[in-house]
Formats: sequence, structure tokens, C-alpha cells
Amino acid sequence: MDILPNLLFSFILILAFYFFVNNIYKLYKNISLGKSVNRSDNRKKRILNMLCVAFGQSKMGAKPIAGILHIIVYVGFIIINIELLEIVVDGILGTHRIFADYMGELYNYLIGSFEILALLVLISVIFFWARRNILKIERFWKPEMKNWPKKDADLILYFEFIIMTLFLLMNSTDSLLQDNNYEGYVKAGFFPISDLLKPLFVSFDINYLFILERSFWWMHIILIFIFLNYLYYSKHLHILLAFPNTYYANLNIKGMFDIDKNITNEVKLMLGFENSNDQNDQVPDKFGASDVFDLNWVQLMNSYSCTECGRCSSVCPANLTGKKLSPRKIMMDTRDRLEEVGSNIFKNKGKFVSDNKQLLNNYITKEELWACTSCNACVEACPIEIDPLSIIMDMRKYLVMEKSEAPVDLNNMMSNIENNGAPWPFNNQDRMLWTKENN
Amino acid sequence: MKVPTLLEMSSRGEKPEVVFWIGCAGSFDDRSKKITKAFVKILNNSNISFAVLGAEESCSGDPAKRSGNEFLFQIQALKNINSLNNYNVTDIVTTCPHCFNTLKNEYPELGGKYNVFHHSQFLKRLLLSGKLKVEGEKFKGKKITYHDPCYLGRANNEYKAPRELIEKLKANLLEMKNSKSNGLCCGAGGAQMFKEPEKGNKDINILRTEQALDTKPDIIAAACPFCNIMMTDGIKNKEKDVSVMDIAELIANAEDL
Ligand code: SF4
Ligand code: SF4
Repeated sequence: MDILPNLLFSFILILAFYFFVNNIYKLYKNISLGKSVNRSDNRKKRILNMLCVAFGQSKMGAKPIAGILHIIVYVGFIIINIELLEIVVDGILGTHRIFADYMGELYNYLIGSFEILALLVLISVIFFWARRNILKIERFWKPEMKNWPKKDADLILYFEFIIMTLFLLMNSTDSLLQDNNYEGYVKAGFFPISDLLKPLFVSFDINYLFILERSFWWMHIILIFIFLNYLYYSKHLHILLAFPNTYYANLNIKGMFDIDKNITNEVKLMLGFENSNDQNDQVPDKFGASDVFDLNWVQLMNSYSCTECGRCSSVCPANLTGKKLSPRKIMMDTRDRLEEVGSNIFKNKGKFVSDNKQLLNNYITKEELWACTSCNACVEACPIEIDPLSIIMDMRKYLVMEKSEAPVDLNNMMSNIENNGAPWPFNNQDRMLWTKENN
Repeated sequence: MKVPTLLEMSSRGEKPEVVFWIGCAGSFDDRSKKITKAFVKILNNSNISFAVLGAEESCSGDPAKRSGNEFLFQIQALKNINSLNNYNVTDIVTTCPHCFNTLKNEYPELGGKYNVFHHSQFLKRLLLSGKLKVEGEKFKGKKITYHDPCYLGRANNEYKAPRELIEKLKANLLEMKNSKSNGLCCGAGGAQMFKEPEKGNKDINILRTEQALDTKPDIIAAACPFCNIMMTDGIKNKEKDVSVMDIAELIANAEDL
């Protein structure tokens, strides 16, 4: 037996996994650049949340058409992965449909259902493509979706389309070879969909058919390996990160913003309230965030998980009224900057060398940050519980506490609070004047 | 209007059932003061023993925090907590969702743990306990659309209480295109109230007012003094004859208080 194909396959397999593991490691490294944040509480609730939101896609229902199409593609891809396992084993051992022997009749039904799923995925992918490129749904055509993000979204659909098509072509030629009792092609599987493609190939010479089948088989699996390694560069990374992303999501009620306990003692001392005996108070050396290092790792993971679906921006009051702010762009900028920082560190052998850039200004402008109403619509809308608002708030904190760069009106408002205890220039003693006014 | 302060009450050795946290808008802004008065009338009519902090109340710190000034926020929070704890306050009601959110969610970690109610929640409780009766039929059949304040709705998941109160008025409750968890902000949150909007093609309050007007309402109901101001401005801009009323005003009005 010629073992060259098996060796070649094993080599490609190892290569694919090597690159994949490498990508995951880079991902881990970059996310670890973030500050620590404790999200290890409430394990039960977190697991439940992950099962509901990531696995069960509970938040996708808000847009029913997209929700259904998405579920089909998602379930399709997960289930067809069982077949992938067989392809890998066949590839290493040089066998043909090795699982068939062990599974008997069940195998036939499995393959049959994979084919139906593959067809549904194909149809859904066409719908998705049409929504983007023919119907031109608005959220896919915002300014931040130009160039790579647009290409990425289309490329993913092309990948999926071609992979599914190859899967069906491979089955179709395989089943023809089985019909002809070609050597090594045991009878296995039902082919409800690919049977329909047989007329394309019946007239072919049997040896030629064999070459075709092998080509489809190889192209299919190689494309899957390429897709696997494409993930890291793509919004498609969400198929992996949606899970940890929802697990580590902020479980607090949305109105509750983080309290910086590190400064509480200092404020208390300033107000003369109590003599703090807690000397370990670590007043941070920098308030808020101006670059990715200042964000916490969950925020950084959020940025890698973002699907660029734009649900957040399509409900953002600022974005809806033509302001520059787009919560999706906040996440995309964070990821782009993190990537830049990550490769900077890689190039400089583990150390970040200043590039005179930062997330603030070079990516996210003050104008965007000051347009936010902190309404939480973006957080509510995100299907995988990303929190763009927390990044906006951290960056505002930096602008105000480190740079005193709030808009003039806000500075006035804050000095009013400081001086009179109200955001307007009224005297605090006059708080009860209304009781003396008629009407 | 007679409104006791905590200082007065405690000097008489009395303790109110609940503290009415008025908030800066409710104390100083002309439109919002009407909401404050309406709510006081309802409290009096229901024989609730309440007190206010008066000059001891200070900004909750919400606009400072949403602007990014954690320092100023904590100064305000700790000052207020100090005042409230001095009087051993346990229950607080407020007509401002921003104060409500801050006191309820952000004060506990700083040592201020109270039962905090938004006035719509408090009124609902009064209704359930029979202390408040809503029998007037002034708004019967009137078309009322309710605008969810972000800091009551999405921020604190309270969508029901205000709607139940409107339904009590036998009014015809209309939902806007964006409502409940999908509600659209009035444009005031995140300290936007105190600054000019950033460049855009429309003001947020106009967009929201258009959504409200699309329901062809007689009245726009609000549950936040800032939303009220924003929507009132929006209506003025659209030159429409629709009134913007707080939940408390609707009830006080229905009962001729
Ligand atoms: S919280 Fe800010 S960014 Fe998010 S939807 Fe509201 S205004 Fe837009
Ligand atoms: S943050 Fe969430 S809602 Fe916004 S684009 Fe990313 S995945 Fe979509």
C-alpha cells in the first residue's frame, strides 16, 4: 500500500495544529496584557449564562430571521464536525469511511442528516450574503465596516459555501465509486442530497472519478484547516470566544458601575470622616484607560470576541443621530490596537517598545467618548454580552482624572457639584425653596 | 407646602417611615419641582410619614461618575452616606432614576445600605397595600405612551411598575417602536444633560420625541425629571400639543390633589 498520502496528510494535520495552537497562544498572551479583574464568583450562574447565551444563543432571537439562519449554520457546523473526525482518522490511516464498520445502520442515517444540514447551511449562507450585499442592511454598511471588516465578513461566507459544496461533491463522487464497487470504497452512507449531483459525474471514466473524489476530499479538509487558522484574524473568532466571553460576563445589574475602592480611604481622610487604619490602600498610579494595557482582560477578550454584527450600534442613540460614536467601533479599535501592541511585543522579544500611539486619540477620539449617554442599549443588544460601555467609561475616567480634559460644560457642572453640591450653580441652602413656592 | 426635614423630625424624637430623596433636578429645576410637589401631595394624601434631608442632601454623584470623575463621585457618595447613616435611614424613595440607581447600586459598597425605591415602585406598593387609591377617571381612555428611563429600565430592570400605574388610570397605554429593554434614551444620560451634544445630524431627544409622537398620544408619560425635560423640549421643537407628565403628576392629577 502506498503510504505517501497518509504521511502527507499527517504532516499537513500537524502543521495545521501547530499554527492553530500558536494562534491560541498569541491570543492568550495578548489578552493577558489586560489588568486583572475578578470574575471567578458565582460559578453556577456563570455556567448557566454561558449555556443560555453562547450555546443556546438566547439573545439572537431579538432579530428572528438572522437568529434562525445563524442557528442553522451553527448547528450545521458543529454536527458536521463529527464527520470531520472520521475524515481525519481516514486521512491518517488511509481508510475509507472507517466509522461505518462500527456504527452499522446508524452511520447511514448520520451521513444522511449531515447532508441535509449541509444543504441548509448552504441556503443560509446565501441568505446571509444577500442580506449583506443585495439588501445592504444598514448596520453592515457603517463607516467602520469598510476594507478588511467588510472583506472578512464576505470571506467567511465564501469559506463556508465552498466547504459545504466540497463536502457534497466529495460524497457524490464517493457514492458513485461505491456504486461501481471501486476498490477500497465500501458501501456506507445515505446520500439524499449529493445523489442529486450524480448526473454531473455519471459519464466520467471510473479512474477519472477516483481522482475527482480524492481532489474533493483533499480540498475539503485542507480548506477546513485553512479556515481554522483564519479564525485568529477574523471576526469569526467568536465561535470559540463566545463561550468564555459569556462565562466571564459582568453579572451585576447594568446600572451598577465599578467602584474604585482604591481611593475610598483617601476620600474619607480628605473629608475627615475616619482615621483609616488600612494603610495598604493602593492608590493606582493611573486612573482610567488610555491604552489597551489599562483595560482589564475581560474587556480585551470582549474585543477579540466581537462579531462585528453591529447590533450595538444599531440601537445606540448617539449613532442613530449621526454622532461619531459607534460601540462596535470601540470594540474593533480595541482589538486592532491590541493586535498592534501584541506584534510590537513579539517583534521586540517580549518587551513593548513605545510606538507613540495609544488607543485614545489614535483609534478612539474624544468626540466619540463624549457622545455616549451611558444608556446601556449596546450592552443589552450584544448577542454575546460584550460591554462597550465599560471601555467608554474607563477612557472618560482617564480623560477627566488624569488629563482634566472634560468638555467645558462638564467641568462647570463638576465644579458646581464641588462647590454647591448640585450640578447647577444654586446654593445648597436653597434646596427647600420649592416648598415656599406656590403651584 | 409643609415638608418636614430629618433634622426637624429627629429633634422631635420621631423617625419617618421613609426618606424622600428629592435630587437636584427635583429641588432646583422649575419643571421638576412640579413632580416633587405632586409626589409630596400623594404621600400626604396616603398618610405616609416621610422626611427629606433638605440642606443636608447633596448631589448623589451620578453626573460626576458618568463623566468619569470617580473622585468627586466618592466625595458626594460618602458625604451623603454619612448624613443618611447619622439618622439611621433604612428606606429611601426618590423621583429620580439616576439618584435611585446610584443610591441603590453604588452606595452599598461605600457603606450606604438602604432599601431604595423609585417612586413608581413605591406608588405601586402603596396601591397594593390599599394606602393609595386611584379612582379618578380624568385619564380614562386617554392615549398615554410611556418612555422608559434608561436608569430605571435597562439599568434596573423595572419596566412594570410605571406601566401598571398608567393602566390603573384606565388610560390607553401605547408602546413606542422602542420600548422596555429596547427603549431609546432621551439623550440626557451619561451627563449629556449638562453639555452640548456632540456633532451629529439630529438631537437624540428629537428622535425619541418623534417615536413618541408616532403613537399619536394625548400624553407622554415619563418617570424621570431629566427625560421629562428632554421630551418637553422635543415637543416644543415639534410644536405639538402633547403634554409630558410624570407618573406622580398623572396620579396626583387624577385624584385632584
Ligand atoms: S451606552 Fe453609550 S455607546 Fe452604548 S448604546 Fe448607549 S450611548 Fe451608545
Ligand atoms: S459588541 Fe456585540 S453587538 Fe456590538 S458588534 Fe460586537 S458582537 Fe455585535
